Parts: sequence; structure tokens; C-alpha cells
Amino acid sequence: MSAPRTAWQCLRALWRWLREVSGDDAYERYLCHHARAHPGVNAPSRHEFYAQELQRKWSGINRCC
Amino acid sequence: MLKRLTGIALAIIGAFALGGIALHRHESINALWILVAAVCIYTLGYRFYAAWITARVLTVDASRATPAERLSNGRDFVPTHRWVTFGHHFSAIAGPGPLVGPTLAAQFGYLPGTLWILIGSVLGGCVQDMTVLFLSTRRDGRSLGQMARDELGPFGGFAAFIGTLLIMVILIAVLALVVVNAMKHSPWATSTVVATVPIGILVGIYLRGLRPGRVLEATIIGVVLMLLGVAAGGIIDQHEGIRGWFDWSGPALAGFIIAYGLVAAILPVWLLLAPRGYLSTFLKFGTVALLAIAILIMHPQLKMPALTQFIDGSGPVFAGKIFPFVFITIACGAVSGFHALVSSGTTPKLIANEADVRLVGYGSMALESFVAIMAMIAATLLDPGVYFAINTSAGIVGATPEAAVHTISGWGFPVTVAQMQGLAHDMGEHTLFARTGGAPSLAVGMASIFGSTFGRGVLGAWYHLALMFEAVFILTTIDAGTRVGRFMLQDLIGQVWKPFGRTSWYPSVLIASALICAAWGYFLYVGVIDPNGGINILWPLFGIANQMLAAIALSVATGIIVKSGKERFAFVTGLPLAWLAIVCTVAAWQKVMSPDPKLGFFAGAGDLAAKLAAGALPPDRAHVAPQLIFNQQLDGWLTILFTLILWLVIVDMTRVCLRFLRGLPTQTSSEAPHVLTRLQPAVGGGAS
Repeated sequence: MSAPRTAWQCLRALWRWLREVSGDDAYERYLCHHARAHPGVNAPSRHEFYAQELQRKWSGINRCC
Repeated sequence: MLKRLTGIALAIIGAFALGGIALHRHESINALWILVAAVCIYTLGYRFYAAWITARVLTVDASRATPAERLSNGRDFVPTHRWVTFGHHFSAIAGPGPLVGPTLAAQFGYLPGTLWILIGSVLGGCVQDMTVLFLSTRRDGRSLGQMARDELGPFGGFAAFIGTLLIMVILIAVLALVVVNAMKHSPWATSTVVATVPIGILVGIYLRGLRPGRVLEATIIGVVLMLLGVAAGGIIDQHEGIRGWFDWSGPALAGFIIAYGLVAAILPVWLLLAPRGYLSTFLKFGTVALLAIAILIMHPQLKMPALTQFIDGSGPVFAGKIFPFVFITIACGAVSGFHALVSSGTTPKLIANEADVRLVGYGSMALESFVAIMAMIAATLLDPGVYFAINTSAGIVGATPEAAVHTISGWGFPVTVAQMQGLAHDMGEHTLFARTGGAPSLAVGMASIFGSTFGRGVLGAWYHLALMFEAVFILTTIDAGTRVGRFMLQDLIGQVWKPFGRTSWYPSVLIASALICAAWGYFLYVGVIDPNGGINILWPLFGIANQMLAAIALSVATGIIVKSGKERFAFVTGLPLAWLAIVCTVAAWQKVMSPDPKLGFFAGAGDLAAKLAAGALPPDRAHVAPQLIFNQQLDGWLTILFTLILWLVIVDMTRVCLRFLRGLPTQTSSEAPHVLTRLQPAVGGGAS
């Protein structure tokens, strides 16, 4: 994320931020990581990845008072 | 140079705004003064104090690889841009506490609560969150309990564990009580909240089966459905036949919520818990942004005086003098021990560069505290008479509207039955008297702000939107808290009997979930049947527990700072720790020892027992009295336990520090070894 200049770039940066914060692009980012870290190994499907991620996320404290 | 000039300008504006607040003591003051003062104070704290702490005390090293980089696995350990981590961390620490606490503390007037929210966060809460986040980042994202065990010894770890489990139970109970009080005999509110359950399940199925992981589109669908739910609630409320289906008493609603908590803890997370989490986060961001914009446009006058006569301890919303109870009541808006659990766990695994802890740790808490300031504004812009009529239970002001307005007007806060009826009618409610717990009065305040900014025609819809937002938020905390409590209990019992510790073994899941639900359900039930509203007993207990957990976190941090050879800077966490220890101990002492039955738990139990024995109670009260007596005694013992845990941790930390200073052996530092980062500053964000 380089510093946005025009209004259009600001909107795009906001959209990227929203996708990343909400976890909307988590699978795409995982695929990038997977291709780098484990080349030649099949990555889990989008469905499998989502299910595993939810299990992990909600097994610890992730909400406060 | 430019930075220094902006700093000086900020200091001048902030001082000017604070001076404005101070000089307006005997006339009403505009909310803008408070907003400006708050923003200046947060910015100054962030620019100077936080920067100094990261540079000198924590000695943040931007060239050191963080666990997110070293242990990167594309899942929980992911180097993340600092603004994204900020969003994650804020949505995790932001809860209903900063909305409820300031609303209750407004009984002292707007000034005491506002000052503590500002000072407590800048010098205490933000520092705690940032320090714990940093220490955990240096220790591969270990939890607060693990850090306490590693650095202080097994006792500190166990105390943090028990403290967390107990605070969870009290927290869920008091939040559930807030929701019950907002929904009882309100078909509109109840139907809107009930509708969020099938909507959550629908979003869950969409995310799992139809379009896996497409979080944004699913959330937008869910939020639109929830807004339609608010509108549909208004229609249901008008329909004579259907409205009866959603018209429930307090105890019945309490039963539903306990059953809901149990089901939500056992069901797979994808079905209900996760989608609700997404929806509530979205609603929170949306509502907070909307509220900030509306306050800026409307810039309302605050009608509550700066100080009320209730600082002497005679307050109707909760008992106790301004010291120590304003500090206990504000809770999460200034310092929250619970944040230390998030700061050590999920967030440190995302930190791309150590320099990011200032924005993520200090900055998120400053924003959270800003939410508390807005809640304080929303509560104090109401006519004080209206505020007290909503927040005082029938057991204190009288059961009939006439008796209530007579008592409240007698305090010097004039209010009439016609005014309350008109307000209730505007908000789409049957009555607003004695809707204790903070949520309804906050919703009335928010509805008035939204109404005068965006249109008064739909006040009822604004009110129920605000109420739904708070309820959804609270229900998410109830689900998630019950589930975490279940894991902790399985872990605890698993130490004694191995099979119970297997988190997916069904009998263990069922028994642990049922035990946790029974624990908070008990406190919820007693709160609901209490004619004095229950909040005035449960909220102080929660406040003490939460500040105690903060003191434990600050003890761990102080111990580590001393052990790293920086004892001359130990005041950074040591002073907030000392203050919280004093506040908690004085509050606990008064709650246990006070002879005033409104304030002291044991005095309250004794007073009720004497009245029951003398036959001085009406039959409906005599019926529930034995349970209330037992509950007050239990609360008294719990308070003693909290205080004991707190002081044992402080003594343990002091012992470790003294041994270190004398050169005696202590637990070795659990800090991960230094590895040079290979991330480009642009990826990690780095210093700014």
C-alpha cells in the first residue's frame, strides 16, 4: 500500500483495506503464501480453507467487553 | 520541526477546549468542546507519550523480525499492513462495555466520567494495551497467562487464568441483563433481535456452502436484512395479533438467552458464531462512524450538569461515592484488562514491524476511548430527569409513573409523566420508565442525535436500530465468551482428568458448555428477579473484576520491564497499576464492609434477611428474598476472592523484582532471540 494520491486511488486503497480487514481476500493471500512456501504441493480448496480458518479464529479470545 | 509545531498547536487547542469545559461549570456546555479536547489529548498522548515509551522504555527495534515474519504460515502468523492490523485489533477490543459504562457513570454528571475516560486511557489503558502487545510480539505471540507463568512463575499464570474465567462469567451475565432489560415487554425490540438469529444462520450457510469465504458480499446481504428486520419490527409492533408473540417478561427472556448461549456454544462456529461476528463488527463500525458524524453536525448542548449531588454516594443508578466508583463504573472506556487478552494472542501474530505497536496498541485503545466519550455525550444530552427516569429501577423511585416522576423531580431534575409518555410513543415503546442497564437511554440519546441530524420522522426506527446494534453486539460477546469459557473449563478439568481436556469430545463439550451457561445464567436470573434492577449489583462487580484483570496485566508488564534492567522506567506501568490497585481495593472494601445496605453486599443481605424475618416485605418480594440474600453474600465472597488474587499477583511480582534487583536468580527472560528482518519497510509499514 503506497500512499494514495488521487481520489480514485484513495477509494481503491479503502476497498483493499476493507477486503483485508474483513478477511474477504484471505484465501487469495493464502494461495500466494502457499505458492511461495510449498511449491508443487496442492493447496486446500477455498471451501476447506474457510472452514479451517473459522475453527482457528473462534477457538481463542477474539471479542472483548 | 513541523511535528513539534503541530504538537504545540494541539496542546494550545486542547488546553483551550479543557478551559472551555472548566469555565462553563454553571451553564450548559456544547458537546463540541468535549470532542475537541478529547481528540487533542489522544493526539498528544500518541505523538509524545506513546512515542517516548516505544523509544525509551520498550526500545522498539524496527530492524528486528517479528513472529509474523519468522513463523509466517499464511494463516494466523501473517505480516500485515499496520492499518489492517489496526482494524483487526480495534474490532476485537471494541465491545459494549464502553457504551454501557459511561452511560451509568453519567449519574455523577458529565465531568468526572469524561475526565477519567481521557486521563485513564492516555496514561493507563492505551499504555497497557501497547505494552502487552509489544511484550507478546517479542515472545512469539504468547498469551498473558503464559507470559505470567514464564516471567513471574506458576502462581501468576494460575491467577491470570482464574481471573479471566471469573470475569468472563460476570461479564456475560451483566451484558445479558442489559439486553433483557432493553427487550422486556418491547415487541419491536424483541422481534428485531430475534430476527438476527435466522439472518445470522442464513449468512453462515451462504458463506460456507454457496460462496465460501466471500465475507463482504455476505455481510452486506446480512446487514440489509437486519435493517429490514428493524422496519418489520415496527410493523409487528402495530399488529395486535402478532405483537403478543414477542411480548415477554424479564425471567422468560433470561431463559431464552441462556438457552441461546448454550446452543451457540455447541453449534459449529460457521453456522451462527462467525457470521454474527462479521455482522456485529460491520454494524459497530457503521454506527460509530454515523454517531461521530451526527454529533459533529448537530453539536448538541449537554443538559446534565457537570457534577450532580450524587457524587456523595446516594446515586439511584448505582450506589457508592465518586471515588472509587466512577473508576470502577467507566471500566473498558478507560482501562480494560480484557484487552490484554486480545493484545497477547491474535494481534501480535499479525504485527509486521515492532514499530507498528504504537498505532495498533495505543491507537486502537484511543479510538475505543473516543467511543466511550461519544456514549457519555449521548447520555448527557438527554434531560437529566429523563435520564434518571429511564435508568432508575422501580424499587428505588416507585412503581407507578406518578411516583417515579415525583421522586426524580424532587431531586431537582424536573420530568413529567406526559413528557415520558410522549418520548416512549416517539420511540415506539409502551414505556421507558425503569429500563435500567444503560442500553435504552443510550439508544434514546443516539436516536435524538440521529433524528435531529437525519430526520425526526422515524425516531422509533432510529431508537430500535441503536438498540438492535447494541443487542447484536452483546449477543456476539455472549456466544464468543461462552465458547472461550468452555475451552478454559475443558483445559482446567483436563489437567485433573485427561479425556475432559479433548476439546472435540462431545460429552466434555456439552458438560463444559452447560456449566459455563449455568454459571452466568445464575447471575443473570438473580439480576432479572431483583426488584432493584440487578445492574446496580452486577455492574460494580464486573467493573472490579475487569480492573483487577488490568492490574494483573500491568503487574506482568511491570515485572518484565524491571527484569529487562529498566527499573527507572517501571513507573510507566507501575503508576497505573498502583492507581488501579488502590481503586479496586477501596471499592472492594466498601462493597464488602460498608454498613449501608445499598452499597455493601453483606449489609444488603443482612438488611433483607431482617426485613424478611420481621415480615416487612410484600409477598412478591418475600418470595424472591432468600435467593437475593444468598446472591449478595456470594457477590461479597467473590469480591474478596478478586481482591486476594490481585494482591497475591502484586506481591509475587514485587518478590520477583526485588530478587532481580538484589542480583538473585529469577525466571530467565522468555524473549525470542533477535533475528534481522528481511521485509521491506513498505511491506511492513515500519515507523511513521
